[in-house]
Amino acid sequence: MQQRLRMELTGTQIALWLIGGGLLAMVLIGSVRTLAVGKYTSKQWLDFIVFGLAQGGIYALIALGYTMVYGILGMINFAHGEIFMSGPMIGYFFAIRMARSGFVDRQPILSLLIVLAVAMITSTTIAVLLERVAYRPLRGAPRLVPLITAIGASFFLQYLFRGLFGADVKVYPDWDILSGKVPILGVQILKTQLVVIIAAVLLMAGLYTFIQRTKMGKAVRAVAEDRAAAALMGIDVDRTIAVSFALGGLMAGAGGLLYALLFKQVFFLMGFVPGIKAFTAAVLGGIGNVPGAMLGGMFLGIFESIGPNLFLDGLGIPAPYQLKDVIAFTMLVMVLIFRPTGILGERLATKRA
Amino acid sequence: MRDLQPSQLFRTALISSTVPLLLALTGMVEAFSKRGLIGEAVSVGHVLLFLSILIAAYLFERRQKSPSPLNATISGIVIGGVSGIVLVVLVFLTKALIPKPWDLRSIFPNASPALIEVLTFSRGERTGALLLFLFSVVSGLIGTLFPLIPLLIRGPLTTGFLVTLIIGLLQDIISTLPIFRGKIIKFFFARSGFKPVGALLIFVVTIVLAALWHQYGRRLREEHRQLQQRRPMTVQIAVWTFVLLFLLVLPRIVGSYMSEVLDTVGLYILMGLGLNIVVGFAGMLDLGYVAFFAIGAYTMAVLTSTELGFFNLTFWEALPLSILASIAAGVILGVPVLKMRGDYLAIVTMGFGEIIRILVLSDFLKPILGGAQGLTRIARPVIEGPIIGRIVIKDPPHFYYLILIGCLIALFISIRLKASRLGRAWMAIREDEDVAEAMGINLVTTKLLAFATGAALSGLSGAIFASKINSMAPHSFNLLISIYVLSLIIVGGMGSLPGVVVGAFALMGLPELLREFAEYRMLVYGAAMVVMMLYKPEGLWPEATHVRALRQEESREPVPEPSPKKAPAATVASE
Repeated sequence: MQQRLRMELTGTQIALWLIGGGLLAMVLIGSVRTLAVGKYTSKQWLDFIVFGLAQGGIYALIALGYTMVYGILGMINFAHGEIFMSGPMIGYFFAIRMARSGFVDRQPILSLLIVLAVAMITSTTIAVLLERVAYRPLRGAPRLVPLITAIGASFFLQYLFRGLFGADVKVYPDWDILSGKVPILGVQILKTQLVVIIAAVLLMAGLYTFIQRTKMGKAVRAVAEDRAAAALMGIDVDRTIAVSFALGGLMAGAGGLLYALLFKQVFFLMGFVPGIKAFTAAVLGGIGNVPGAMLGGMFLGIFESIGPNLFLDGLGIPAPYQLKDVIAFTMLVMVLIFRPTGILGERLATKRA
Repeated sequence: MRDLQPSQLFRTALISSTVPLLLALTGMVEAFSKRGLIGEAVSVGHVLLFLSILIAAYLFERRQKSPSPLNATISGIVIGGVSGIVLVVLVFLTKALIPKPWDLRSIFPNASPALIEVLTFSRGERTGALLLFLFSVVSGLIGTLFPLIPLLIRGPLTTGFLVTLIIGLLQDIISTLPIFRGKIIKFFFARSGFKPVGALLIFVVTIVLAALWHQYGRRLREEHRQLQQRRPMTVQIAVWTFVLLFLLVLPRIVGSYMSEVLDTVGLYILMGLGLNIVVGFAGMLDLGYVAFFAIGAYTMAVLTSTELGFFNLTFWEALPLSILASIAAGVILGVPVLKMRGDYLAIVTMGFGEIIRILVLSDFLKPILGGAQGLTRIARPVIEGPIIGRIVIKDPPHFYYLILIGCLIALFISIRLKASRLGRAWMAIREDEDVAEAMGINLVTTKLLAFATGAALSGLSGAIFASKINSMAPHSFNLLISIYVLSLIIVGGMGSLPGVVVGAFALMGLPELLREFAEYRMLVYGAAMVVMMLYKPEGLWPEATHVRALRQEESREPVPEPSPKKAPAATVASE
């Protein structure tokens, strides 16, 4: 019996390694062929990388929310993509008002900060409400129950926003200071992308300092480590969990606005795909691991931005950008199979793996 | 005012007032206001609005420990009043802001003059707002006072109200049924909605029937039970024969349009039964379930489509191949996720579903699968026999029989599997994977069998679907279908077979019958999933053992802080 089990296990194992090896070979062959043909110049590659960094910064900001909630509750907050969507959605109404009244042109930085604040506050509110209404009552329940709740909440929020604000794609106004390019080290970089990268890095640094240096941050880490022991040490567990949801909401709201600045549009389904990708990023960096989420986000962003051109093109697949999302999903599956602890594979992740 | 905390009351009132507000702002009230319930005066939209206040008040009162008429009256007035004030403010705000650049409609597209018309009963601002407020208060009052009425009266009243509401909602359908004559219909229904007499008559008749059932029903049930004990086989055969006969003549009774609805429900029952094996029996949350439906459908399409002309098989030749393809896909997609649990499994299967959809849509596979345009001219099932001649199944009533056979087979398989060794192994895995493995259950084969069985039923459903609509396009296979199927088994009760059928009729039949509802189905399903999980995780028609498991675990944990080591929730993927 045992021997049979072992044989079957190795059978699936072999199958998995074959699939993984095959995919890796495809990536390598594709890359080599693309590079050999020399279809893109080095300047184009650099553009891809900068775009990837901007996109990756946004993924990282969303991934932080997934990772913190997972670190503390051991559940995936499926509705996090909708928390991300809600911020820029509400921010849009402020942005468009200010753009129409000319306030954006007069006070570009102030108006940008106002919209950012609105987006962050909205996302935080939704995240905290969600925790309070849907997740807190289910904390001791079997694990399928909060998961299904989260899925339900995700779709409820999507279609609530659609019902309230309409299904149309809303186009963000332009900020003049964000258009055009700036030369950095002899390379022309789009201002928007630069701002997105800088803002993402600043926000992440802020969050990291908060978690490492403040008392509340210490409480968050303690609850993630051992909830019961933290409660015995006099930490208010409910409040700490709410704080970690709020922090995730703040980052997601900011990420949402950056996304809106980068792609210039918002609509009710916009949270879904970035949500899954940010989750991939969180897993990639080692779920429950804050620096890992940042790293994973950046990595995924770059990989996704150069991937279609690098190896799908080389394999002779027509219109490779259509398969952009497939890359992220495949990567998610592969990481979960071969290295579920993620790149950094931190203690927290190994403990739970 | 003993035991009634004002702060709690006001908080409940404020929270519950968001429900009618959201109903109004999402456009549901307006959408349903076009459907009259009693004449044109009382529309379904109004009923929805005030029913939400009533239910909120009722739920609040039921939670009170020592109900008294005075407290109930006060809380009813407060809850109804706050909701009423919120709605009145909405009316005046919308009205006041309309001409200015701050028009509320630029944010909430549904805060339109049409909504104001509905909310004010088309009686102008002042009178309308007053009426709106009064009705809200009255709804709140009815809600809080209702639990004080003795059950003997309360039960039949509720039944009467619900039956009248449902018949009123389904008025369009009922009046087209071939078994009713025009005169009966004209007696009960106006052009839109009931005539007041008709509504009253149905209400009274239902109340009387419900009261009679309450009085004498017990004896009937007792007799039935005794008969079942004496002659179990006879009763079972009689019941099944009756049900089968009823199902066989159903399309005759309900006509072509309703058969179409039944077909849709039937296809969802097939998928629901399949997903029920994966989620309900084996406890693996699969969100990419639609992928197998798509694979079944596309296999059928590619094999039979004369447009492509690759194979040109007949329906019956292609059907087993479609199912086999789905099973193969189930196993192939099952292998990588064998070691994943819960959350990870859900998101990875969702990823698979999306990968398949994107691949089908891409230019890469366009030559075979037709890209975004899809495929057409898929074969229809043909039955040939010495007596019946050649029948091409192409109308909804014909497909009804095909789907019915499929559903019965799937139901039979599910019932037999549930009691089998394999079924018990699945449920053991659902309860605790590690313990199940320690008990000698082979996780690899057992899990793969669950995926394969689920995929087979879904593939069957997809193959019939492809043949039925005769053309195939990738937009029929988005993630939402997976979520529909998931929500129908959750509402019906995970792991419960009657639950799947009930869930499919409730969740999939309703949007077909109420077209206005279709727009809001995901909103309602999402809310339903959350509410079910919070208040009734076992579903509407639960399986007995599952209730025990779900309830037990909750009661066993009085402190909501399980340590990470104890909680299986912290486990990600074994090793």
